[in-house]
Amino acid sequence: MSVQLWTYLIVGLTFAIYIGIAIWAKAGSTKEFYVAGAGVHPMINGMATAADWMSAASFISMAGLISFMGYDGSVYLMGWTGGYVLLALLLAPYLRKFGKFTVPDFVGDRYYSNAARTVAVICAIFVSFTYVAGQMRGVGVVFSRFLEVDINTGIIIGMAIVFFYAVLGGMKGITYTQVAQYWVLIFAYMVPAIFLSIMITNNAIPQLGLGGATSDGVYLLDKLDNLSKDLGFAAYTTGSKPMIDVFAITLALMVGTAGLPHVIVRFFTVPKVRDARISAGWALIFIALLYTTAPAIAAFARVNLINTVSNKAYAEMPSWFKNWEKTGLLAWMDKNDDGKIQYLGKKANGGDAFEGEKPKFTKEKGPVGQMMLSNKPTDNANELYIDKDIMVLANPEIGRLPNWVIALVAAGGLAAALSTAAGLLLVISSSVSHDLIKKQINPNISESAELMYARIAVAVAILVAGYFGINPPGFVAQVVAFAFGLAAASFFPIIILGIFSKRMNKEGAIAGMLTGLVFTAAYIINFKFINPGDNNPDHWILGISPEGIGTVGMVLNFVVSFVVSRFTPAPPEDIQELVDSLRYPKGAGEASAH
Amino acid sequence: MFFCLQVVLNKHKLTIAMEKAKLQEYWKINLGYLVGLLVVWFVVSYGFGILLVEPLNAIRLGGFKLGFWFAQQGSIYVFVVQIFVYVMLMNKLDKKFDVHED
Repeated sequence: MSVQLWTYLIVGLTFAIYIGIAIWAKAGSTKEFYVAGAGVHPMINGMATAADWMSAASFISMAGLISFMGYDGSVYLMGWTGGYVLLALLLAPYLRKFGKFTVPDFVGDRYYSNAARTVAVICAIFVSFTYVAGQMRGVGVVFSRFLEVDINTGIIIGMAIVFFYAVLGGMKGITYTQVAQYWVLIFAYMVPAIFLSIMITNNAIPQLGLGGATSDGVYLLDKLDNLSKDLGFAAYTTGSKPMIDVFAITLALMVGTAGLPHVIVRFFTVPKVRDARISAGWALIFIALLYTTAPAIAAFARVNLINTVSNKAYAEMPSWFKNWEKTGLLAWMDKNDDGKIQYLGKKANGGDAFEGEKPKFTKEKGPVGQMMLSNKPTDNANELYIDKDIMVLANPEIGRLPNWVIALVAAGGLAAALSTAAGLLLVISSSVSHDLIKKQINPNISESAELMYARIAVAVAILVAGYFGINPPGFVAQVVAFAFGLAAASFFPIIILGIFSKRMNKEGAIAGMLTGLVFTAAYIINFKFINPGDNNPDHWILGISPEGIGTVGMVLNFVVSFVVSRFTPAPPEDIQELVDSLRYPKGAGEASAH
Repeated sequence: MFFCLQVVLNKHKLTIAMEKAKLQEYWKINLGYLVGLLVVWFVVSYGFGILLVEPLNAIRLGGFKLGFWFAQQGSIYVFVVQIFVYVMLMNKLDKKFDVHED
């Protein structure tokens, strides 16, 4: 069977499962809609959290990034897992004891302030939309490459599926769909990894294969170091980023993870405080399975890529090369007219193959059949443009795995993108219907009316997300740093302080949140949009890139909140009692709106 | 009669004070666990995986350089173990101080 037929079959089957679950898990109350009735088993919740967390970025992009960054890619591996330790130890149990529906709920109640609640709502909506746009792009890439439909058609199909189960089932539908999506995505990730691990290192466990030896007896990582150096790239296992930047990015990602509203809200869905703790543990086990496999996939893909393309004739390239060329994510410019692909790094007179960020094809074919480019060539010798996002998706083809494996990876990428999109859409919906309408505009609203608003809000959010997917703003990649930076610099410190410091008051929290927010946003906007030419270590504060600046914003937030709170009145008695009650599990009622 | 009431009232105050002291003790032990676990969390990731990565890379673990292994594999395994250790410690502590649910 062809790849396309397999893809239709497997993707169709998984979609049918998701819809089936949605019909089975229809939500009847706001509590079911927002927090799945707070009755989800901790292991099931952990699995759903894992699928919620692992987005198109984790599934499709991360191993590709590591593949090209080597050691520097560790920032994603540690950054996107270490945050769960912070969640389990510092946030989840206390927020579960608090027992409301949303993160702005906590901020608004703990800091007895609607202003603080509003800042939190705006942050939550902004962070979530940023993220959703990225998921929709992931859906589009998978559809356009594997089902060979138009990207827009792909996005509309994806929207329709999410629409169905998010609007109908709310958190309940989403949670049980995410469990199914976890299995699809982890199976799809592991199968090619195991195949490749056996082929390259003769070890069926990819985590061990990464440290194994290749058929000629040389260790895989040593071989990669040598290949990289020979072609003028930085050695794979040492990397090239300054240490302080690696440190700052890792911390910003960890703290950002622990501050993301769609992750935090997952711990409202379990019945008890101790369930919230262990649920974070289960989530991290399920996440770690993929995250420890990713560096292995990255290394396998890198070796295979170099061996397949470096100094080989274009005419002899396998079909995947030409297929990806058609999507514009891969391009080759034969600068020296030898018909062979030169793939070289900076230290061997390499660099960007041509000017401009993306390849522009002229629709003409070159002498050996390559797609010609209108970009101006650069004067270095590298001829290959390769988008990091294709590595995971192309990996099974590069490794010549069977067609059904390729189709499986497509279904896995879709599962990852859809599960995350659904979780984010729910945060947007609850922010609007609960935090804005119920808590601020019309407190007397009936439950059924609130539920209706929640459903309408999801529907509108899906349409907006779909719009961004079809007309991707050029800044999607740039704003991902925003999502984590803002979560790290705004939510994390004030939630931590709200639990661990009884003295923390509304003045301190608002001042801290605004300082962190404004500083981080200004830094990112300056280097990403206003002065992109200055975006290099010479101009960065302390040598920290915009990706890592959330760390500094977080520190500023902590310092400012602390100082301001000491010079302003202590919070009222009842708030101090509330903080006390958060600290002891006994008496955790069910999550409630009142 | 009045005296009796006074005693009961005093007793009640005493239990509240004891209860409070007990809860403070519980919170202190919890904070101790947190500090210990967060130190480990910091050492395996920021310590071994970033700050000390170069000296550790001189040591080999099969095909891995040790610092690289901590950055891309080891730290993640330790994170998972840490959460379950914390869960175990806290479940015990909750029982000991009688603040567990149901």
